[in-house]
Amino acid sequence: MISALTATGLGKCFGRKWALRDCTVEIEQGRVAGLVGPNGAGKSTLLNLMAGLLAPSEGSLEVAGNRPAIDEEQLGRVGFLAQDSPVYASLTVADHLRFGAHMNPRWDRAFAQERVTAIDLDPKQRAGKLSGGQRAQLALTIALAKRPELLLLDEPVASLDPLARREFLAALAAYVAEHGISVVLSSHLVADLERVCDFLVLLSAARVQLAEDVDTLLARHRRIFGPRRDLDRLPSDLRVVWSSHTDKQTTAVVRTDGPVLDPAWQIEELTLEDVVLAYMGGSAEAEPPARPKLGVAR
Amino acid sequence: MIEFHLDSRSGVSPYQQIVQQVRHALRLGVLEPGDQLPTVKDVVATLAINPNTVLKAYRELEHSGLVAGRPGVGTFVTASLSDAPLAAQVPLRRELERWLVKARSAGLDDESIEALFRDSFRSASARDIA
Repeated sequence: MISALTATGLGKCFGRKWALRDCTVEIEQGRVAGLVGPNGAGKSTLLNLMAGLLAPSEGSLEVAGNRPAIDEEQLGRVGFLAQDSPVYASLTVADHLRFGAHMNPRWDRAFAQERVTAIDLDPKQRAGKLSGGQRAQLALTIALAKRPELLLLDEPVASLDPLARREFLAALAAYVAEHGISVVLSSHLVADLERVCDFLVLLSAARVQLAEDVDTLLARHRRIFGPRRDLDRLPSDLRVVWSSHTDKQTTAVVRTDGPVLDPAWQIEELTLEDVVLAYMGGSAEAEPPARPKLGVAR
Repeated sequence: MIEFHLDSRSGVSPYQQIVQQVRHALRLGVLEPGDQLPTVKDVVATLAINPNTVLKAYRELEHSGLVAGRPGVGTFVTASLSDAPLAAQVPLRRELERWLVKARSAGLDDESIEALFRDSFRSASARDIA
């Protein structure tokens, strides 16, 4: 089984500053993986490393089964759409397709033509005159017509209005449904990715905080709240991700593989955004102290 | 054919929402055995969701014996959930509507009506079990 991404101890520094460090992540083929984190967390660095536009400072990385950009075949396997859907303003839509056909050995002419018609782009229109949404759709068309096995998208919807955002993600999802490619897309907004991703990588302060299947991740995190108490005395199978205390009440986001058994806690399920915010909230315990496990007496 | 919609604020996961909407349509007789569910690609293209979400929902419906996938053709309804035939539902609905009018004229707002319904429903089910 070839993975879309295998990174081991991957790091990249610019001068003395680490933009990404200790990144060990595996993403299976066929996933739509969301890369989230605040601005400057290392999202673009990771995508650029995957595209082969940057070389790692340490560690190793394989995308679609090989080192990034190692040869022409590998370049054809990986598509990359940089931030803000770059297109050539003075070239027409048709020029872009001709250019794409010329540059990509696996170019699918019929697909590109069909999609341009489907999204109602005038082939004679200059790209500089297109709306933001149309420009994004044109860039996506070119990225898909090269028939990549892995598509990397850096903040693809950040500059789009809600409708264009929806149309872009719908087009992407429909393509994935039909062709089963792997996708890694970044956004600083979880809400953009919540529906379309089935895997989430959370980056913060140049490190991977979380990399997991979305359903598993949602099943394993809970918000618990109840009368104020010391969280150090929680059973060992609960890991506190985030917590907050008032004089009367304690609220915490915990990670657990099983149910929360203590009846003193009220328990709530979380949305993806809740989980991400909890991890970004910062009060995560690096090394949880040894604590007794709470079990059921039988 | 039915069309799915997602409520992002409901707290119910998207795949559960699809399952519920199919079950709901089956219960109301909107979907009947032989009817086709939208293809994964169609659902994904309208809702902008992950294809695996739809596949997971369809798999669960398949496991409960409500639908069956025919490779290369689509997913079809194989069973019905409407235990009371549609004809029986009409008078029941009419009675319920009359009751709603009564509840409103007694001064109950939507929230109190829902609370009352849920509470009566729960205590009636509890009696059935006992």
